[in-house]
Amino acid sequence: MSEYQALGGRIFTKPFMVLSVIFAISLYFMFDRFVIGGMGAVSNLNGGFAWGIWVVYDVVIGTAFACGGYALAIAVYVFNKGQYHPLVRPAILASLLGYALGGFGAFFDMGRFWQFYEIFLPWNWNFNSVMLEVGLCVAIYILVLAMEFSPALLEKLGKKKLLKSLNKVLFLFIALGILLPSMHQSSLGSLLIAMGHKVNPLWQVMQMQPLLALMTAILMGFSIVLFEASTVTVGFKRNSETHILSGLGKIIVGLLIAFLVVRFGVLTFQGKLGLIFAGDFASFMFILETILFVIPLVILLSPERRAQGSKLLIAGVCMLLAGSLYRFDAFLLTFNPGPGYNYFPSVPEIMITLGVVAFELMAYIVIVKLLPVMHREEHA
Amino acid sequence: MKRRDFLKTSLGGTVTAAAALGGTVCSGTAQARPNLEPAPEAVGMLFDSTLCVGCKACVTKCKQVNEMPPVIEGDHIAWDSARDLSGDTLNVIKVYQNGDRSTKDVEIDGFCFEKRSCMHCVDPGCVSVCPTTSMQRNPITGIVTHHPDTCIGCRNCMVGCPYNVPQFQYNEVFGQINKCQMCNQKGVERIDNGQMTGCAEVCPTGATLFGPRKLLLQEAKQRMALKKGDTYNYPRGDISKPDNYYEKEVPDYKQHIWGEKEAGGTNVMHISAVSFDKLGMPPLGERSAPSVVEGVQHALYSYLALPAMALAGLTYTVKKNTSDHDDDDGGES
Ligand code: SF4
Ligand code: SF4
Ligand code: SF4
Repeated sequence: MSEYQALGGRIFTKPFMVLSVIFAISLYFMFDRFVIGGMGAVSNLNGGFAWGIWVVYDVVIGTAFACGGYALAIAVYVFNKGQYHPLVRPAILASLLGYALGGFGAFFDMGRFWQFYEIFLPWNWNFNSVMLEVGLCVAIYILVLAMEFSPALLEKLGKKKLLKSLNKVLFLFIALGILLPSMHQSSLGSLLIAMGHKVNPLWQVMQMQPLLALMTAILMGFSIVLFEASTVTVGFKRNSETHILSGLGKIIVGLLIAFLVVRFGVLTFQGKLGLIFAGDFASFMFILETILFVIPLVILLSPERRAQGSKLLIAGVCMLLAGSLYRFDAFLLTFNPGPGYNYFPSVPEIMITLGVVAFELMAYIVIVKLLPVMHREEHA
Repeated sequence: MKRRDFLKTSLGGTVTAAAALGGTVCSGTAQARPNLEPAPEAVGMLFDSTLCVGCKACVTKCKQVNEMPPVIEGDHIAWDSARDLSGDTLNVIKVYQNGDRSTKDVEIDGFCFEKRSCMHCVDPGCVSVCPTTSMQRNPITGIVTHHPDTCIGCRNCMVGCPYNVPQFQYNEVFGQINKCQMCNQKGVERIDNGQMTGCAEVCPTGATLFGPRKLLLQEAKQRMALKKGDTYNYPRGDISKPDNYYEKEVPDYKQHIWGEKEAGGTNVMHISAVSFDKLGMPPLGERSAPSVVEGVQHALYSYLALPAMALAGLTYTVKKNTSDHDDDDGGES
């Protein structure tokens, strides 16, 4: 008998219907974008801001949100922390959906979507390009996640034999599932290097971009697990998993300290500390970001607070906000292509992004109800 | 006790991994490639802002050569009203104005004109970032061309260009990236046919001067050395075979040849009597961004050596740890 269970229950609940309405609205704008007016008709993208929320939210931040599977895989399979094993499968599902929709976002944003396959043709490859690494690596990782998640489907279908042979080689996919995100998540940081002066000096740390990007990815990965596990516990009225989660809190503390040391170390080394107190918009955003990074640190440092579900949730949320803001600030909010260019996302642009997120949540809800994803409650 | 160990290992692990990654990247960039050198027979243009009268003949000619429609604003159908580069505009003349705008080529209470088109960088960001090699720098002439047949429209070239030159046709469902290709794209090939660029050909004052980068740089340096108020014989057209010269009083040049060194230099260079930050040029150092990012990429990914090693290590560890779990909890991994 599997140690996982489908949650069951009605699918067409009220939240589900609300989400489907949002998704339906976004379909209308997608039609406009792909068939009638092109990207200009639905977005405020322009010559200076070629990347808006579709790239920065759907891909750059969305995939960081989808790093739960990656972060847990490191804890469980590299550091051999079996106690987190129950969290792995739901996290893999969230990662699969997050990355698949990130991939969809990238396709959506692709100016010449009808020849997207050109990036997969080896004779076109430019090995100097960070974008090439990101594109290929994310595409392969989506397949790897699908393999990692497939046991849930096979269990449901009762394909015992297939499941057995898959389990024999699964370790290979798990290893790839740790390597690939390490590669493309750090590359998302490297994308900033080529943008040179357009990236604000507080975020333009040149060679150190990949390291900071990778650290925030892992941090956000653990935080999303914290967040998802605590909301699922509440939302689906399951027993509290706080005893497992408080351990995750500890890992986050270690990572957070390391991140802050590296970040401030780099800024000190590059002589940019003064910019933090310049009193302009960028310095304000930097301080806000730092506060959001420090709040979870303060919460999670104390063992008592770590044992409280609500505190864990706050810490997780702050951490996710901090990590998202870090990427938003660098890619968009303090991004300055030069005089004459402004960007604020248009309503259709935002609706499309919301539609994508709504679809992701709907898929998650349906799948955990139909497939054995959630761990059986221990006392059951 | 066990948990404290875990904290230690995870912290230790992170620090080691961070140090390893940081170390690799830093050592990689220490031996990173320097900026690219100008192509052996690099051609380019010299734009002298003090000679430009703002007639926009070059804007119109550029549209003709590239078969692009003029931008019409209001009732002004007599001229092209394009204000900035776009998917349908590869060249614009912008105006700098200050105070009462009474004097040409001074910063206070003055005005002057500035050309915006592809700078044909010596170490072009657009070429470095493009995943599908759809931006190419000609190894002989240094001309940077775009090849839409392989372009996926990711627009990394737009954000990776220090001057925001490549522009996407946002208002078309099947749009493409456009940029100045020095009038040498397939089907136009003015340079290959021994002609000069369209914009230089029609420029009445020689403000846009075509020619080999070496000669243009020489000419720019010569103008820097002139004394304000003297007269100088300015060539027009192609500097290697000017069709005529004309005499003009020497303006008060800023001692700065934009494109001699900026981010590795450019083949299209600018000189002016108004400082370049006022003309909207970006704050660039001498090191090109592509030289930095390519150092990082190659340190991490050359021959996929590091990823392969990492994968081997991970496979071993994961295999070991999954069989541990198998023993613990009965066959599930
Ligand atoms: S100015 Fe921009 S588009 Fe032109 S070569 Fe340089 S990087 Fe490329
Ligand atoms: S938009 Fe096209 S040319 Fe520009 S970087 Fe992407 S693939 Fe290359
Ligand atoms: S070189 Fe040709 S394409 Fe470029 S700005 Fe001049 S006329 Fe236009």
